[in-house]
Amino acid sequence: MMLEVNAVNTVYGKIRALWDVSLRVDEKEIVALVGANGAGKTTMLNTISGVIHPTSGSIQFCGQRIDRLLSYQIVKIGISHIPEGGKPFPDMTVHENLEMGAYSNETWKKRNETIEQVYRIFPILKERKGQLARTLSGGERQMLAIGRGLMSRPRLCALDEPSYGLGPLLVKEIFIVIKALRDQGMTLLLVEQNVQQSLEIADRGYVLENGHIVSEGKSRELLQNNHIKKAYLGL
Amino acid sequence: MRILEGYGVTKHFGGLAAILNVDFHVDQGEIVGLIGPNGAGKTTLFNLISAAHNLNSGVIRFKGEKISGLKPHQICRTGVARTFQSVKVFGNIPIFGNVLLGSLFGTSTGMSSSDATREAMELLEFVGLSATKAILAKDLTLANQKRVEVARALATKPELLLLDELVAGLNPAETAQAMELVTRIRDRGITILMIEHVMKAIMSVCDRIMVLHHGEKIAEGTPEEITNNQTVIEVYLGK
Repeated sequence: MMLEVNAVNTVYGKIRALWDVSLRVDEKEIVALVGANGAGKTTMLNTISGVIHPTSGSIQFCGQRIDRLLSYQIVKIGISHIPEGGKPFPDMTVHENLEMGAYSNETWKKRNETIEQVYRIFPILKERKGQLARTLSGGERQMLAIGRGLMSRPRLCALDEPSYGLGPLLVKEIFIVIKALRDQGMTLLLVEQNVQQSLEIADRGYVLENGHIVSEGKSRELLQNNHIKKAYLGL
Repeated sequence: MRILEGYGVTKHFGGLAAILNVDFHVDQGEIVGLIGPNGAGKTTLFNLISAAHNLNSGVIRFKGEKISGLKPHQICRTGVARTFQSVKVFGNIPIFGNVLLGSLFGTSTGMSSSDATREAMELLEFVGLSATKAILAKDLTLANQKRVEVARALATKPELLLLDELVAGLNPAETAQAMELVTRIRDRGITILMIEHVMKAIMSVCDRIMVLHHGEKIAEGTPEEITNNQTVIEVYLGK
């Protein structure tokens, strides 16, 4: 087991966002985390990557307790969190944004090699490498965010809405990229509103409602689940 | 009546033509969709209409009056409000305050603070956020921050509302609710120009769709005409 989240509770001020949430991600799996707007999906990713600490429960990554570590330490041991909306550094160039993703010592030495890999995945970023991130279109920003997330050479990528704001063709492309990453040995935890498509490429999935895991299982089974069809697939 | 019209609208960023010689119009009471691949210039066109950017050439008119050249706040007060693709809420004030700012400073006539308060409450209810009115805007989900922006825009009492990717981050069931919200806004007599990638959403509410690609208008028509347009399928929809 690569990532194990065990009975985690997370609060924002007085509001409890996660209630005894447990989930696991095995090596080379794609695990989808599905839920309505406001269910706690982003909070779950923030809790894993140390943006916010849980008030109770534990998180282990490759056998190591990480729920008290700071974000930069969590990046170092191999988890990359690609946030919703991308959040690039707007006044840095595309190239500089990517370099920022390789900031920790080990990966910094390999940054040029890793950047070339990212440019192979997203050729448009190479075309734009000297441009300030603020001048990118929404879709390009999203690609930059994914690229920057890969710069730390993570073993586990937590992706928050990678298809956010992308046109239909690019959405397809992003899902192809995600599958390709897994085929190259990456493990992925995927939060997506494209519930159908994300469950189609995922091995397993969890459904989060109001901060509780209400259902989990093989993606194929979740796709057949009547509640999920109605509440999340709009069928 | 043409509520919004643009002729020869052009915007360059350095050597890149983000919008090139685009003519467009929106009729009063319409819901018009603006689609196109990422990087096509959709948000740039919104930025030109709302004066976040200045045009290099061309003219934009609102109700027959030239608005290109005005400042963003002046355009807002003439009756054009917008939301943002990358949301721009005031993160450290409660969502109620965000909406109140629209009422207090965005309308053409100004408003008493008691009227503005009432208006802001009513609008939060309208977009379905009244239960969370005291929460800081930064603590909402991105999708709900977009709803705050809609309420804030409506608080300025616009005649034309520009919506930039309202349904991004929503699942299919929530998308249907958002489209219902769009219809209810139109029912209040507000004309809508909306950027959206989710075709199901666009198809369900739009009277007409314009397609941008590399800064140029490549197609325009009813949702049905657009989904059957060979060029649009090629550059945007895919097979």
